[in-house]
Amino acid sequence: MQQKRNSTFIISVLCFGFAFLYVPIFYLIAYSFNSSKLVTVWGGFSTKWYGALLQNEQILEAALLSLRIAAISATFAVLFGTLAGLALARFRGFRGRTLFSGMITAPLVMPEVITGLSLLLLFISLEEFIGWPAGRGVSTITIAHITFSMAYVAVIIQGRLSGVDESLEEAATDLGAKPFRVLWDITLPIVSPAMISGWLLAFTMSLDDLVIASFVSGPGSSTLPMVIYSKVKLGVSPDINALATIIIGLVTVGVICAAVLMFRQENQRARDMQMAASE
Amino acid sequence: MQQPFVTGTSCKPCAPNPWEVPGAKPFIQIEGVVKRFGAFTAVNKIDLDIYQGELFSLLGGSGCGKTTLLRMLAGFDNPTEGRILIDGQDMTGVPAYDRPVNMMFQSYALFPHMTVENNVAYGLKREGLPKREIRERVNAMLKMVELDSFAKRKPHQLSGGQRQRVALARALVKQPKVLLLDEPLGALDKRLREHTQFELMDIQDRLGVTFVVVTHDQEEAMTLSTRIAVMNQGEILQIDTPTNIYEYPNSRFAAEFIGSANMFEGQVQRNGKGSTFHADGLSSEIRLGDKTEVDHGTAVTVAIRPEKIFISRTQPENAESMNILPGRINDIGYMGKYSIYRVDIGGGRIMEVSAQNRQRHHESERTLDWDDTVYLSWLPSSSVVLTK
Amino acid sequence: MSADTNMDTGLEMGKDAPLQSRGGLRQLGNRLQSQWKRLVIALPYLWLFIFFLVPFAIILKISLAEAIIARPPFTDLLEWTEGEFLPSIYVTLENFQYLLEDDLYWLSYLNSLKLATISTLLCLLVGYPMAYGIARSSQTMKNILLLLVILPFWTSFLLRVYAWMGILNTHGLLNNMLEVAWNIGMALGLTDAPFEPLQIMYTETALYIGIIYSYLPFMILPLYANLEKMDFQLHEAAQDLGSKPATVFLTVTLPLSMPGIIAGSLLVFIPATGEYVIPALLGEPDTLMIGRVLFDEFFVNRDWPVASSVAIALLVFLVVPMMVYQHFQSKAEVM
Repeated sequence: MQQKRNSTFIISVLCFGFAFLYVPIFYLIAYSFNSSKLVTVWGGFSTKWYGALLQNEQILEAALLSLRIAAISATFAVLFGTLAGLALARFRGFRGRTLFSGMITAPLVMPEVITGLSLLLLFISLEEFIGWPAGRGVSTITIAHITFSMAYVAVIIQGRLSGVDESLEEAATDLGAKPFRVLWDITLPIVSPAMISGWLLAFTMSLDDLVIASFVSGPGSSTLPMVIYSKVKLGVSPDINALATIIIGLVTVGVICAAVLMFRQENQRARDMQMAASE
Repeated sequence: MQQPFVTGTSCKPCAPNPWEVPGAKPFIQIEGVVKRFGAFTAVNKIDLDIYQGELFSLLGGSGCGKTTLLRMLAGFDNPTEGRILIDGQDMTGVPAYDRPVNMMFQSYALFPHMTVENNVAYGLKREGLPKREIRERVNAMLKMVELDSFAKRKPHQLSGGQRQRVALARALVKQPKVLLLDEPLGALDKRLREHTQFELMDIQDRLGVTFVVVTHDQEEAMTLSTRIAVMNQGEILQIDTPTNIYEYPNSRFAAEFIGSANMFEGQVQRNGKGSTFHADGLSSEIRLGDKTEVDHGTAVTVAIRPEKIFISRTQPENAESMNILPGRINDIGYMGKYSIYRVDIGGGRIMEVSAQNRQRHHESERTLDWDDTVYLSWLPSSSVVLTK
Repeated sequence: MSADTNMDTGLEMGKDAPLQSRGGLRQLGNRLQSQWKRLVIALPYLWLFIFFLVPFAIILKISLAEAIIARPPFTDLLEWTEGEFLPSIYVTLENFQYLLEDDLYWLSYLNSLKLATISTLLCLLVGYPMAYGIARSSQTMKNILLLLVILPFWTSFLLRVYAWMGILNTHGLLNNMLEVAWNIGMALGLTDAPFEPLQIMYTETALYIGIIYSYLPFMILPLYANLEKMDFQLHEAAQDLGSKPATVFLTVTLPLSMPGIIAGSLLVFIPATGEYVIPALLGEPDTLMIGRVLFDEFFVNRDWPVASSVAIALLVFLVVPMMVYQHFQSKAEVM
């Protein structure tokens, strides 16, 4: 395929854009190794803020809590989101489909303050009427996170399934598989990569959420973003730089590994297909 | 009428064709089936009987309802009205996974995450057969389609033709009473298609399974089928053997859809000697076959196939028994083994004529050329009279 | 459940399928099989109904209630719900009236819309050429650049906004670098005035930088998805028919990428309107943005009915763009 070269204008915008996206990230990384307590002055290389971070029990506790909430909510979000995506991609006409697809897409664009407020008010009302949830904390945050991240998972699954020939499932039915069998044997294996990326996305979004968690959390259930927020509101602090660097490092390694893996698989696939065609 | 070659095209010459045996029990009965999608009627009141061992084709353009009919046989769609019986059993309410039919999908629908072997074994596993039997049957089937050395491969590691054979094997290994094939050769290139066509017929002949094929390709339908149903706009226009459909189409649509034809509109005139036809805007009359059973004055369409017409530079001698029209060559399409001549016969009419190129192009003394005056002639019995 | 007859094979099956002679458990299994579509839909449907739809009904309910300012929020709601047992229901539009009368709300709505609109346009301005450039790169380059767009998206949003605090500060990275440059300039004799640090932090500029920075990937990704699918032979065709590059862009590329532009713009505009964190960290301390007003109304003033009516009013503002987005999503679904 003939690839037209990008113009100088496009290339310079690309350079500027990526610089814009990455300068803050490199800044965070660089200054996490700054020995000076004054975050704006370079005082030489040091890893002492990493040490300080490990001593900070408040942050460690919040991080553990956030990881726990993220893992649970991502798992449930994948469960519900997969079913929802399946329904959207494969069941054409069912009563309430419009409402259903509306409820799936709306959380994607709903301002966080509204989602947070509405869920908080729901939890309070529920407590009034049925006595559950008693107070707010980990469980309410988890429920809130499931609700908004399942929408993302649903959209990912739907996108993946709409690219898959529906006759695969029909073929399995034709060969004698009952609906649940088809789901288990055919549909789920096909969408499993999408489920994994959906899980990772839900996990990250849960780890990242500040506004909604602030609404629905209770005393003693401060998540990591809440702790970070209360710290950085007072100004720049070097141990947060260290934390940011750790997070960025983990994410980068993870994303690059995933990308390389996918790239390799695709290449292998392309080679296989070429070989098959030339036989 | 002289039609010495028309006798049906069954592959077993001794056995009579089942649809010609009075009282023979059809294997698939489609009774008054209607399928509507909202306001759209995809299939409109179809009655159709298909017999055991047939290779039956549903032929039509896209959107004619052939695929919908096939999907109703498979159980993916339910008829809005009417019912379908397979081997005497009413299929209403029987889900796709309980039907004694299997389908070969247009896209083949091979499970991408399973090996060839597991694809073929999938249906047998659903029947809960013992492992050993599954393995034996899968191996035998793979051997039959010559893919035994590819058993461990994944679908994307196969070529198009191999995938098609896996799909066929996967459907046949269940030993269905009926195999449904949706555009079975559509995804293959032309050369492979011809080869596979005969392979498919061979397999069908060996196993004796009833095949129902959906296709838009008239050549494919002609070569493969014992009988063809020509469909248009949700209705069946004609059900007959390939030869009869070609030689005796019953409607303008059938005549034009299968092969090409020169069409004339006009009125039938009957007199003592036989029937003639007065085409609108044509000076001379066209003589029709003796067996034409149309009343005097009826408005009909007459169709003449291009290859039934002789083209010559000189006027044919047996003018008495032939229809003869003079004309001028407008265009020549050289197709290799034959040429198509577009001949202007006056009155703004063009007739298409095809003739074999029996001699090497430039060796013949004088080939027909542009603007040559020629005579077109054909037997009265070659004219097909269409009332629909 | 199923309006379309071709989908509900399973629904009548329970009765007609030949399973009279089979055991009870088997029958139950078959019943479940025949209802499987319902089961698949029911779980997410129910969840979203309870945790997404019902909360909005509650917000609406509270926005129509009267505020009892002196009381803590709990009793506030309780009292109103007890009132429901009486035959008469107290519905008041006072809160909405209040929103109309008090300039604060109007100003913050307008300010939010202004900020969101300008940010969206700036994102488009930067994002479109970037998406275009990525879409036209070679396959390997495409993958790498796309990865670079997505990567920040996976790292903490809060920390990335926080990074700008360090950069834009009066004594931050930007000013430090400017000062170095200034000093070099002074040494070369270009200027002799002392360096004045730029006051970007806690201004509207910082706010714009923060919003554009955070939402740029949301603009690039749908645009890229659209441009990547575009057949560049269309461009060649347009050029072949005598169009100059600029004309090709205006008459072919731009109209065809409209769905991407709309999706990307809405993905930036809608959340930016209700943004809370970025103005709180980077903006002026008294920036009027509706997200902050709502937050403060709820947590600081503890006036739940007013907070709820602010939320409802915000939704009313956003409901049209949201519907547009939904419309485009479902259209993309069909294609």
